[in-house]
Amino acid sequence: METIIAGKHITVNEEGYLTDVHQWDEKVGEAIAADANITLTPRHWEVIKYLQKENADQVALTIRRIGKSNVVDIKEFYQLFPLAPLKTATKIAGIPKPAGCI
Amino acid sequence: MNDPKETIKKMMIILSKGTLENVYAAFVLANGARMEGIEAEMFFTFFGLEAIHKKRLQSLHVATVGNPSMHMPTMLGGLPGMEALASHMMKKEMEKIDMPDIPEFLDILTASGVKLWACKLAMDMFHYTKEDLFDGVDAVITVGGFYKKSAGEGVHMLFI
Repeated sequence: METIIAGKHITVNEEGYLTDVHQWDEKVGEAIAADANITLTPRHWEVIKYLQKENADQVALTIRRIGKSNVVDIKEFYQLFPLAPLKTATKIAGIPKPAGCI
Repeated sequence: MNDPKETIKKMMIILSKGTLENVYAAFVLANGARMEGIEAEMFFTFFGLEAIHKKRLQSLHVATVGNPSMHMPTMLGGLPGMEALASHMMKKEMEKIDMPDIPEFLDILTASGVKLWACKLAMDMFHYTKEDLFDGVDAVITVGGFYKKSAGEGVHMLFI
């Protein structure tokens, strides 16, 4: 379905994840973050860029992988994106929600 | 946002078994809760204590005897080395799907904010002390103490 995020027409799925990564820009990321009550800091951006790179490389994202990323550890990841960190961070990054259980 | 009355706020997971498959089930459920923004606490009792016992957690096994799901005759499952072999194979498969091993999983759980409690009664029974346990264990508590932590709306309890 189509919605308007940060003044742009964006296609999202029923959970609010972007279906076309090319429609994403930083303003869109900021708007989705604000919706989740998160103000993005440089640390958030480092993690978001990392997630986008992993997604571009077609890597399945898990919390274990995040912990071994050398970008952020699991504890900080939970602090940056409290409540469902991987789900929230991927949504902000404009990439699909990870499908795994770990 | 969902109606707060319709959401799960916290999962209280009791682990009473020390076989690999049960420990993994409990760990995946606890981690999965945190990943969904749900709080999680674990209570380790009886053989579940093996999962947080510093020395024993390194060598948890799957049960090959008395476990029909293994599709292995009980007599065969009892042969020397069978349990180790089955456990080795299972661990290999786990690694393939990016499942952490038990020590790493415990680190992930504590980093994710899962509270780990050890059952006092079972600790006394096995003559374990807090020093025998994984450092991330929060405390040794009684059943009553665990129930107190479980109070409140939206809290669910699981026994494994």
